Amino acid sequence: MMRDPAIVRMLPDGRRLHLHDGPIDLIVKANGTHEAISAAYEAAAKRFVTVLDELCGELPLLRAQARRDPQVLRGAVAQRMAAAVAPYAEECFITPMAAVAGAVAEEILDTMTGAAQLARAYVNNGGDIALHFAPQERYKVGMAERPDRPSLFGAIEISCAMPVRGIATSGWRGRSFSLGIADAVTVLAETAAKADAAATIIANGVDLPNHPAITRVPANEIAPDSDLGARLVTRSVGALSDSKIAMALESGANVARELGARGLIVAAALNLQGHTRVVSAADGCEFMELSQRSLLHA
Amino acid sequence: MADVLPADTIRCDACPVLCYIKRGQTGACDRYGNADGQLVRVDPHILLDRAKSQGAPLVPFLEREGEWDGNLVKGKETFVTAIGAGTTYPDYKPAPFIVSSEVDGVDMVTVVTEGIFSYCGVKLKIDTDRNLGPERNLVRAQGEPVGHVTTAEYGSQMLSLGGVHHLTGGTKSEGRVTCETLLDLCNGKEVELTIDEGASVRVVAGKAPVVNGQQEERMRVGCGSATIGMFAKQWLGKVDDVVVVDDHITGVLSEHQAGKFLGVRETGIAIKGRRSTPGRYFQVANPGTGWGGTDISDPLTILKPFKEKFAWPKLRLLMVSTTGEQFAYFELDERLQPVQKELPSELQESVARIRENCEPALTTVLFMAGAGGSLRAGVTENPVKLTHSVKASLTRVTCGGAPAYIWPGGGITFMVDVTRMPENAFGYVPTPALVAPMEFTLKKEDYAALGGHMDHVRPLSEVLAEKERKRQVHSLPENPWPLQPRGSKE
Repeated sequence: MMRDPAIVRMLPDGRRLHLHDGPIDLIVKANGTHEAISAAYEAAAKRFVTVLDELCGELPLLRAQARRDPQVLRGAVAQRMAAAVAPYAEECFITPMAAVAGAVAEEILDTMTGAAQLARAYVNNGGDIALHFAPQERYKVGMAERPDRPSLFGAIEISCAMPVRGIATSGWRGRSFSLGIADAVTVLAETAAKADAAATIIANGVDLPNHPAITRVPANEIAPDSDLGARLVTRSVGALSDSKIAMALESGANVARELGARGLIVAAALNLQGHTRVVSAADGCEFMELSQRSLLHA
Repeated sequence: MADVLPADTIRCDACPVLCYIKRGQTGACDRYGNADGQLVRVDPHILLDRAKSQGAPLVPFLEREGEWDGNLVKGKETFVTAIGAGTTYPDYKPAPFIVSSEVDGVDMVTVVTEGIFSYCGVKLKIDTDRNLGPERNLVRAQGEPVGHVTTAEYGSQMLSLGGVHHLTGGTKSEGRVTCETLLDLCNGKEVELTIDEGASVRVVAGKAPVVNGQQEERMRVGCGSATIGMFAKQWLGKVDDVVVVDDHITGVLSEHQAGKFLGVRETGIAIKGRRSTPGRYFQVANPGTGWGGTDISDPLTILKPFKEKFAWPKLRLLMVSTTGEQFAYFELDERLQPVQKELPSELQESVARIRENCEPALTTVLFMAGAGGSLRAGVTENPVKLTHSVKASLTRVTCGGAPAYIWPGGGITFMVDVTRMPENAFGYVPTPALVAPMEFTLKKEDYAALGGHMDHVRPLSEVLAEKERKRQVHSLPENPWPLQPRGSKE
């Protein structure tokens, strides 16, 4: 079979750019003058088409344990990934792959803002989002309770004044494996790659070790080339009592608070079986309820 | 480096990541998967491909570069379902899309939406004569009330699950479990239900129910007494007496009205249990998983000694269960004791016929919901006109391409057999409510007349041209083709 070519196209609404290559799927939107948007989209597309090949050229290193000191990685995206996971390198197992989605989003966003003056822009890489604002601009972002089902449980409004330019979500139901049992952990951080790495770490922390209702399987039994090797990843979580849910969320919230104190995240929302815990390191980051409006209500 | 792959693993070459994918799994992209050793695309938006040959199963369409089947682009052959039509995570802009196509020279429009249904539930028909629990009692999943036992039907127990009161009227946990239960049932997954003061059942749409750990095989054709009535004539002359063992009513040929009518001689047979009317006995044994829903494995245990006044040596006796699954043939010896013998060939047919008339026991799941005003407003500017058009049969309603039965009266309240819909057609929102696909198909001129969103109509070819995020499946042969004009033949 031929390698599927990268897809670069406008979505049917004529406003958003869709970039797709292998496992990377980006929805991009820029606001600004017509000329600025065109220039930004053109730059994004041009940068995008080589990203996957660059990453695949260094896959073995990207799938290996992170290191505190700068690694010998060539690609710009790979370097973003390594930098985002470096703070965790000495305390737990983590590979640069934990930040791949956020790093790609960031790289494309930076390319766009380097090419044109934009009022606002976002690059959404499967839920890991890089944001750009001009002063006074803001974004409202919906949050999903579970990444595998189209549903919103809340929303965050992010403004230029806040130290947030990245959002990421991680959980065992998502596309990547998780060592924890969170349905979804959504993190706000300075950059998308930082948010991505932190969401992985916090989602791993939402856990109930040895609980009988949780099924775990070695990652490489499901995906032979997983960077997690034979580490046990969560495959199913049975119904948990309210007290166990609170216990698991608290253990994740402790991780989130620690990351907040170290300046690695701005805020996090942790979801487990319909319960939500919010950890906020900065003032003004309110997670709000959002009415259901994305689908037609019967 | 030589790659030696385990037998159940393939290497995907769709992109440079070159994932190793095990059987039943997908690669890093979640778009390519290993289906029985084949690399297939597994994207969400489902298009129905009109089955070219009858009996074609529902299979994922292999959408590969250069292998696109040009025929599928013909308007008549492809129907865009609402499954996955709402843009999925993380891109929440599910504007319903409205697709035009030409069918036999007539411009047709299909309005494709995924609706959120708070007013929805499933009706479960469980083919079993076992008592699942008293009518009106609660049905629970994971300990939460999700529905109730409703009026039993012939040979089946009926459960009514879901509905707005369980979804949103109770505790948060009740709503969440109800939503999960409905979702799993509608998507063809197994659900375990317990009934207050009753049984525990495991059910899957289209499969045999498992009641208290025992899988149901067949529905009985009637109670023991009814079976005597149905087959009495076929036994005449071939056997002297027949007992049809049944947990509800056990029938005895020689005492039964049907036997009397045919002039069957008294045999002196004596049955344990409580006699209702001649030849009909209640409670010959306890309920169980043995003969005819009783707890017996040896049929002779329900007989008392034959009355010497009437019985005779060599008397021929057939004992059979109401489903024909168990049977035994006896002849009386000189001391009027039954001795088991091989079933004579002339009786084999009647036993086989009882069995044949007992159909496979199934669980069937009908999704039932009402399309409210706002969903209808997504179709037309004047929602009531859509109702009128559906009621006048100008607009055809389908769910994932499967025909929907529209309940008479106001609104658009519909029922659909979930096994006729493509796999995983249902979703949910944490309101909680179910998300189900609905398509409204009508003539373009009729669509304009009812105030349709004509400026959003897009030609089918344009929708098909966006190849990614679509999955092609064959339509089920038993479903009418959604775009087929009414009253016309294939």
